[in-house]
Amino acid sequence: MSEWFDRFRDFLSRSSGVTLDADKAYFAESRLLSLAQQHGFGSAEELFARYERTRDKVLERDIVQAMLTNETFFFRDRIPFDHFRNVILPHLVEARAQQRQIRIWCAAASTGQEPYSLAMILDEEARKLTGWRVEIVATDLSDHALDVARAGLYTQFEVQRGLPVNQLLRYFQREGDRWRVVEHLRARVNFRRFNLLDDYQALGSFDVVFCRNVLIYFDLGMRKRILGKFAAGIAPDGYLALGATESVVGVCDAFEPHPKHQSICTRRTPPVAPVASGRPILKVIAGG
Amino acid sequence: MKQILVVDDSSVIRKVAKRILEDLRFQTAEAEDGKKALSACAFLMPDAILLDWNMPVMDGFEFLRELRKMPGGGKPKVVFCTTENDVAHIARAMHAGADEYIMKPFDKQIMRSKLEEVGLV
Repeated sequence: MSEWFDRFRDFLSRSSGVTLDADKAYFAESRLLSLAQQHGFGSAEELFARYERTRDKVLERDIVQAMLTNETFFFRDRIPFDHFRNVILPHLVEARAQQRQIRIWCAAASTGQEPYSLAMILDEEARKLTGWRVEIVATDLSDHALDVARAGLYTQFEVQRGLPVNQLLRYFQREGDRWRVVEHLRARVNFRRFNLLDDYQALGSFDVVFCRNVLIYFDLGMRKRILGKFAAGIAPDGYLALGATESVVGVCDAFEPHPKHQSICTRRTPPVAPVASGRPILKVIAGG
Repeated sequence: MKQILVVDDSSVIRKVAKRILEDLRFQTAEAEDGKKALSACAFLMPDAILLDWNMPVMDGFEFLRELRKMPGGGKPKVVFCTTENDVAHIARAMHAGADEYIMKPFDKQIMRSKLEEVGLV
């Protein structure tokens, strides 16, 4: 194994939490080749050597962002979104009747399809939410992905993946050969750059967190830390939705998976016991 | 196994759609225009129809209108699959009674998500 790639894996893990297996040098080479060429280098190794010499922050960000996976589509896997509409939202409407406020965090929003899918559901359920303040905070580490998300401009292929045609007609406008999310839906989502390794306190507390298809890129220790931070930031009766192949089982016992959908979890307070552990039990719902 | 009738005057599109649909474990039948598609439906009403818009002899709209008048013609889910990709065309197709709409070109993931939407996957 080449020494540079060992150092690169360590660098990537510290900067973004993303863990690369030792035999994935080819993956880094293919992801970084274009960026390397832009800087006048012929390989990922030369590009990384430049970073190690200069510790240039902009180059660091570009390297990390080139390594991130932004694959996403509207209503991906369907189940978490159906669950959000049919179970989570009715529960919160009842439970938050006093405060009339719901906060949702899409913790790896990528190019925006996930938060916009949630925004469409909220718009369709608007009658139940008259006078409510519903906030969608959508974060990602990639500036490029966030630029796409904020613009809300998608190709014909992207709007056909997972998006029913009636929602396409209702929530998109044709612009040349692309489709743009209508303004009132874009205004519902607050996009921000955020690194999941950072402190979550500044973001405040949430009723629902979608963090789908991200933990698979982290090692076990990092998954435990991130789920622990979610646990601290989700309301006691709040929910966590993971990717279809992700689970809290064996990683974080503060969440309890939904009996049918392992990727969807809910957080709930434990019954009052004589010995207080101080930490609520969380319930997890998996995304199907 | 559910059956989908692919109606398109392009043999290439029929071939591509057939391959994707068979990959998704559907039985397929083909017709190259609306008139032949009506005959196919009279013989065996499919579960779904992937329907082109512009075809010789009988176009997708006329076919859809005639289909819905046939005994059992309300059963198939109709997914328009066409190069027409502006809002007015899509809205007109949905208003005419289509269940979903695919803009060409498409791939397996798009086909799957549209068939999921109409309850066939």
